[in-house]
Amino acid sequence: MSLLPYLIAGWIFLAGVYGIATSRNLIHAVGCLAVTQSSTYVLLLSVGYRKGATAPVFSDAPTSATVVDPVVQALALTDVVVGATVTALLLALVVQTAKRHGTIDPDELSGLKG
Amino acid sequence: MDDALVVAVLVLVAAAATAAVLQRDPARQAIVLSLLGLALAVLFTVLQAPDVGLAQLAVGSAVTPLMILLTVRKVRQRKGRPK
Amino acid sequence: MTRRVRLWVLAAGLLATAALYAAACTQLPGFGGSWHPYGDRAVRAALQQRTANTVSSVNFDLRAFDTLGEESVLFASVLGTVVLLRRTRDEKRVAPEPVRVPAALRRYGRLMLPVTLLIGLYVIAHGQLSPGGGFQGGVVAATSLHLLYIAVDYPALERFRPLGLYELADGAGEAAYVLLGAAGLIAGSAYLANVLPLGTFNTLSSGGTVPLLNAAVGIEVTSAVVVLLAHFLAQALEIEGEREEDRSA
Repeated sequence: MSLLPYLIAGWIFLAGVYGIATSRNLIHAVGCLAVTQSSTYVLLLSVGYRKGATAPVFSDAPTSATVVDPVVQALALTDVVVGATVTALLLALVVQTAKRHGTIDPDELSGLKG
Repeated sequence: MDDALVVAVLVLVAAAATAAVLQRDPARQAIVLSLLGLALAVLFTVLQAPDVGLAQLAVGSAVTPLMILLTVRKVRQRKGRPK
Repeated sequence: MTRRVRLWVLAAGLLATAALYAAACTQLPGFGGSWHPYGDRAVRAALQQRTANTVSSVNFDLRAFDTLGEESVLFASVLGTVVLLRRTRDEKRVAPEPVRVPAALRRYGRLMLPVTLLIGLYVIAHGQLSPGGGFQGGVVAATSLHLLYIAVDYPALERFRPLGLYELADGAGEAAYVLLGAAGLIAGSAYLANVLPLGTFNTLSSGGTVPLLNAAVGIEVTSAVVVLLAHFLAQALEIEGEREEDRSA
């Protein structure tokens, strides 16, 4: 049990990388990158978890309450939103690729050479 | 009890992530990704991270899949046109 | 490299990564343990700064400079997307065909839009107290506008969404964050230092600069998501190219 969350994060990461490497469609590859990215959130929040503790918000809890680690949460939080805009940038690149080359299959694209 | 809940949601997230990778059709993948977003939001809430859960709920289940679907539509519109 | 060879290389890489990662995991502190030195110090510092939501305190006070970096990544990727998805000279704008929306969906959308928008703004405004803040609330507020597209139609969304204004607000949000940081320098402290009075714990005005930086991020994220979705919607629904295949051939 004490290792399971870390191993699941690793599994999600490997699955995402496998998807990117074997993808035949750039949109699918971007989706797989989003999966890979989510593995980091699972890992970060698992590291910060503390059994029996409450959320690190003291608006309705006494200031003496034990809470989980807020630092990893702050890291994951900003990355969730920023990651979405980076996904948007990648999708915009895919749209441009489709416009210029008429295909979004990476294998066909590497045959085009530029 | 808490442990069982965490394990169950973790397994759900792993299954949704695997399904999202194995679904090769991007339009269907977008739907699976939004399910993954929901599962992640539940996991983050169970791990006592409501802040991250809220962000994941809004981004993962709505914004990212929507952008993927719009890209799919744009790319298909180009392919569908007679040359 | 053939596809087959590539798959073997990939398998080797994945297996090696998996083995090393699993080995590293055994050295990590166990899941759910009570040893969180960094977290404990962050909580203590956040309470000292009278910010009830410690996550917001970490984002906008203790590690505010880090958030400036994150925000700049966000700003840069929005800028890049706008540049990549703008309409080029050989593309024309075609008005999308009107679609009939079921009456029930129309009613639901009209009812939910103000509610969702209000929730988004609430989540931004209470970032320093309850779970939420500029990042999450910004996304909620931005998506709420798009209920117009679902419940009414695309022209309605375009009427209620002056895109130029949102692009301006995106830049203004980023600029406000940078300038609020400079306020620390003017007050004779460090860049992005929390120089304002900290207020009373667990009230809306507590936390010094936290609510202000939070609001700046809220404005930026809201307009960023609106701008992004606007460009994707325009590409998917309106903009049509004219035979680039001939040009590039």
